[in-house]
Amino acid sequence: MGLVRKIVTWARIKSPWIIHFNTGACNACDIEIVAALTPRYDLERFGIQLKGTPRHADVLVCSGPVTKQITPRLKRIYEQMPEPKFVVAVGTCSCSGGVFQGCYNVESGIDEVLPVSAYIPGCPASPKAIIDGVTKLLMSLEDKEGSRIQGPGSGKK
Amino acid sequence: MHKVIIPIGPQHPALKEPESFRIQLSGERITGFSVKLGYNHRGIEKACEERTYLQDVYLTERICGICSHAHSTAFTQAVEEIAALAVPKRALYIRTLIGELERIHSHLLWLGVAGHEIGFDTLLMYTWRDREVVMDILATTTGNRVNYGINTIGGVRRDISLAQVKDILKAVDILEERTKYYIDISTKETTMIKRLSGVGVLSHKDAVRLGAVGPTGRASGVDRDVRRDDPYAAYGELDFNVITDDHCDVYGRAVVRLKELMESYRLIRQILKNMPEGPIAVKAPRKIPAGEAVSRYEAPRGEDVHYVKSNGTDKPERVKVRAPTLANVQTVAKMLEDGQLADLPIVIAAIDPCFSCTDRLISIKDTKSKKTNILMWDDLHSYSVKWYRDKGIDFTKLNRKLQGKMS
Repeated sequence: MGLVRKIVTWARIKSPWIIHFNTGACNACDIEIVAALTPRYDLERFGIQLKGTPRHADVLVCSGPVTKQITPRLKRIYEQMPEPKFVVAVGTCSCSGGVFQGCYNVESGIDEVLPVSAYIPGCPASPKAIIDGVTKLLMSLEDKEGSRIQGPGSGKK
Repeated sequence: MHKVIIPIGPQHPALKEPESFRIQLSGERITGFSVKLGYNHRGIEKACEERTYLQDVYLTERICGICSHAHSTAFTQAVEEIAALAVPKRALYIRTLIGELERIHSHLLWLGVAGHEIGFDTLLMYTWRDREVVMDILATTTGNRVNYGINTIGGVRRDISLAQVKDILKAVDILEERTKYYIDISTKETTMIKRLSGVGVLSHKDAVRLGAVGPTGRASGVDRDVRRDDPYAAYGELDFNVITDDHCDVYGRAVVRLKELMESYRLIRQILKNMPEGPIAVKAPRKIPAGEAVSRYEAPRGEDVHYVKSNGTDKPERVKVRAPTLANVQTVAKMLEDGQLADLPIVIAAIDPCFSCTDRLISIKDTKSKKTNILMWDDLHSYSVKWYRDKGIDFTKLNRKLQGKMS
């Protein structure tokens, strides 16, 4: 099993597929995520590909303070993803609520709802910061190579 | 034929923002369409009342990340009108410059998204690569790529140096050449023409009746532009054309946006040539005198209206935002009438929707009794009192004490 696991880990790190979900953001982080995927920054050179459905994705990239109306949908999308799964919070809003902290309709941060693996602050997080955050997440998986990779989903809030 | 209802969203690969559509189909033809909004409602208008005027400038900037300068300028213009501040001319010119750079980035972004929606991803990659040129300029002149934070009440926060002027002119030359190429593609390439013309038709009469604004309206021959009709900032002193088109379809909307890009380059050259010397800001009082003002701004998507009411303190009493997408979203149902399902993404994308701008009102639906309830000011007040009480914080005693002191 050791070898098989090693191959699976290698494959996982070389081609993480992401799904992007706007959890009530102002669009700024969303366009920066798209900018990170387009030619200037080209996130695809790490094997990262944007997918349309949560069932194909390994990483859930969220932007925005979680609004009350989106919360059940966010949970549902997370539950549809196969294990192991990781959540990346892009932007200050999704890390802590940012300027919207204390608003009556926001949950102030993704980690109020889901377990988060990587926080990328910034208003909005620049494409460079997004690339840095994502590669750091991938490197942390590499460190665990050999040991069983577990998504944070097992310790769900 | 048997009717099918397809739900699209809130998470869908064709949608960049969470919103939900229900489409009634008969075969491939669309027979009914309804929108469910509110996924993006964060309660910004109420949050504005909790923060000071200066904090609100940055908060209104975050209503929408694509037309952030539009919202913050509209807000500061309203506050400056109430406070009767004479904003220096150089500040107005810099505001106009950033506004036009923002229009360029927004229109190029739209062209890429439109290309993506019709399965022409090469166009997406091309335009987004060229868009980085204007993003670099915005980053060097304002300090941030998207939420610029250049406005402040009474002027702007950063001056433009001679070296930056040279950089901007160089970038404008590159972008102008690229835009000419895109105009060439959009008007000659068979893929684009076949996919865009005759799709999402909105007649001139309907556009006027439904109150379409911005490029959506102008593509149906509605000759309206706040920059010309009610000049703000430095637009009164600049020479530019308002682009209209009579195609009335998605193709027309693409042409209007591309031609507006060319006008923006002309405007930027004029602004940089005519920019007066002088200070960039006047000192604004912390407390704004009582009064109210409405301010209009021609955002990349259309007319953006801000209403501010002050009561003499350092916080506004009421802020109301009417974003351009709210005016345009009603037209989508008309455009989709008798359309094909495959045209749905591009028709929705053609109004350049921005739902984070639009989601203003919250209505609560009781699923058991099917009753819709809209929260009015008093309801929100009692809701907030209850919310704090549930957390163990009670202001009743403090309020009574304060009222006793006042009387």
